[in-house]
Amino acid sequence: MAKITLPSRSRVAVHKFSSCDGCQLAFLNAGNDLLTLAERVQFVHFAEAGISAPIDTNVDIAFVEGSISTAEDETRIAVIRAHSRYLVAIGACATSGGVQALRNLGRGHDWLAEVYPNPDQIDSLDAACPVSDYVRVDLELWGCPVSERQLFAAIAALLGHVAPKEHNDALCMACKARGSVCVLVTRDEPCMGPLTRTGCGALCPDFGRACYGCFGPSRNANHLSWGARMREFGVTPESIVRRFHMINSGAQDCLDAGDTWRGFCHNPKIDGPSKS
Amino acid sequence: MSERHLDIRVPAINRVEGEGALDLVIHGGRIEQLAFRIFEPPRLFEKLLEGREYTEVPDLTARICGICPVAYQMSAATAIEQGYGVTVSAWTERMRRVLYCGEWIQSHALHIHLLALPDFLGYENSFAMAADYRPQLRRGMALQRLGNDLIALFGGRSVHPVGATIGGFFKAPDTQQVSALCERLSAASDEAIDLVRWLASISVPKDKQDFASVALSDGDNYPMFGDRLTSNAGLDIDVAHFEQHVIETQSPHSTALHAHLDGKPYLVGPLARMNLAYQRLPSDIAALLDELGPRFPSDNMFDSLLARGIELLYALHQATDLLGDYVADSQPRITPVPREGRGMAATEAPRGVLYHRYDLGTDGLIKSARLVPPTSQNQARMEQDLANALEAFGLDQDRDSLRHHAETVIRNYDPCISCATHFLRLNIDSR
Repeated sequence: MAKITLPSRSRVAVHKFSSCDGCQLAFLNAGNDLLTLAERVQFVHFAEAGISAPIDTNVDIAFVEGSISTAEDETRIAVIRAHSRYLVAIGACATSGGVQALRNLGRGHDWLAEVYPNPDQIDSLDAACPVSDYVRVDLELWGCPVSERQLFAAIAALLGHVAPKEHNDALCMACKARGSVCVLVTRDEPCMGPLTRTGCGALCPDFGRACYGCFGPSRNANHLSWGARMREFGVTPESIVRRFHMINSGAQDCLDAGDTWRGFCHNPKIDGPSKS
Repeated sequence: MSERHLDIRVPAINRVEGEGALDLVIHGGRIEQLAFRIFEPPRLFEKLLEGREYTEVPDLTARICGICPVAYQMSAATAIEQGYGVTVSAWTERMRRVLYCGEWIQSHALHIHLLALPDFLGYENSFAMAADYRPQLRRGMALQRLGNDLIALFGGRSVHPVGATIGGFFKAPDTQQVSALCERLSAASDEAIDLVRWLASISVPKDKQDFASVALSDGDNYPMFGDRLTSNAGLDIDVAHFEQHVIETQSPHSTALHAHLDGKPYLVGPLARMNLAYQRLPSDIAALLDELGPRFPSDNMFDSLLARGIELLYALHQATDLLGDYVADSQPRITPVPREGRGMAATEAPRGVLYHRYDLGTDGLIKSARLVPPTSQNQARMEQDLANALEAFGLDQDRDSLRHHAETVIRNYDPCISCATHFLRLNIDSR
């Protein structure tokens, strides 16, 4: 990210594309912090909060939730980019395409035809894609959903003229720091913690369940080795594919790992790629 | 009557969840076109659930809506359990109710304070309202926070919580955390009562409408779960027959298909629940209602605001009661044995009845799914209301007043467009 110079009372926009609304809730759930933030920055577009300057209004920071999946989306995101100094993609939909990117895996058009009587009238692109597939993105906050902490830390950094810290370590780091018992080691749970980036607070292992990867791939993750370990636990290749192709199937690492494991489905002679 | 032509198009309605538009054409003193249009792109959830393992369904369906993920988890879990013939423990039933209370509290507090009240108090949005109503807003947001924290107690976070699963919970919250939250719930009771009194004192428009109220019936409880669907027009059916009574049909003035119950529009949500079940509220809340004067049952749609406040108070008390003698269950879930079957269930999301149906296989995979969210059920009612309400308001009013009144009517339903858009069989042409 280039050197950050934002005015003292920055103009902020929050935009929604294809999503569940859960990431902009990080603002709306912030309670009194939201009221304080509204005094420190000027919200100029935030439709759910009742503020809607035209999308071609110049802003300092634009937060974008949701994936790009219609022709109208494609036009709108270009306009937003052209009028925003910093564009921050928030949440899985905006950073990887989100859960709806599952339709990109081959049957999307058939699905439309099965759901809608006249699929040709639906304004829908062939794929649900991350914002960065269409425009330059200055900062990505991964997670389904992003947390208030992530969001406010990023805003504080931007307003303080420093580059926000990127959190892409494996979740295991946060899980150890929290002092949770490792569910993969002690209970043979198919925990995706070793492959998933931090940011959620390592919630699932604390609840005694396997991480399901909702914060997206961490750096230097070894998806093939993880899958091979899961085979040793008795997890089927089909189930391994589903784990990679879930909330962040549009992230390249998840997509590739799932596709690789798909090659081992329905083949009793092959257990999977060798661990190395 | 004037011959003026008024074409009001609201391309994106503010202060609602998601992206919806209003098309209104008035010509010669008559409404010529009226449609509450949903143009969010389809996310095809029913299709992407096919072939997934049953254990993944609560985590996947939660992603339909960030405001009511618990509702999606509860309807999914109860439907799949029904399909697999699982009866959950009494502890799980109670704790699910507590978890759901958390969602009612946060969702209602959010709608009342950030989405609805600016309409009734005459502000553009809640930030502008903060100048004059800061204490009330702070109180509302503290209640919203409390609801979120109650969800997080059972699921780690309030948006897409991770604790609930088919058969129960992954973990029983520990006793210390529960008692700390219980104290906060008790302490908030007076605040919630003050909120209800305040809401009752706010003057809302009169919008008397003729409609059927539909809600689940939950024995002697105010409805949250329940296996019968009832209405004030005499309906009383097993939820398993939902799809035989609720039919989605195409409306001539809109490209969206609307849900009709036995051929007619109907209302689900807080006002419908109050109309059907106000007599099942606990005695302390009933006494408060008596003191406020007779408001329920109500045919004024704008009493939805007060209904939300009362339900918020109810949820707060209910959670406090259910957690009062809390003991952590050492077996908080039952693991089902997959079998061939079909499971159907509905629960009361903050916005109303949320129906799920799953066809399940012995391999534990979902063969097909059908989800009917409250907003698509209310859509026909909403358009009918809009037409009546605008005529009562006066079609000769100026453009801005008409537009504002129409938006107020829509917002009053608390429509959740992210929910509705994935299931309504829409024919959209948004360009």
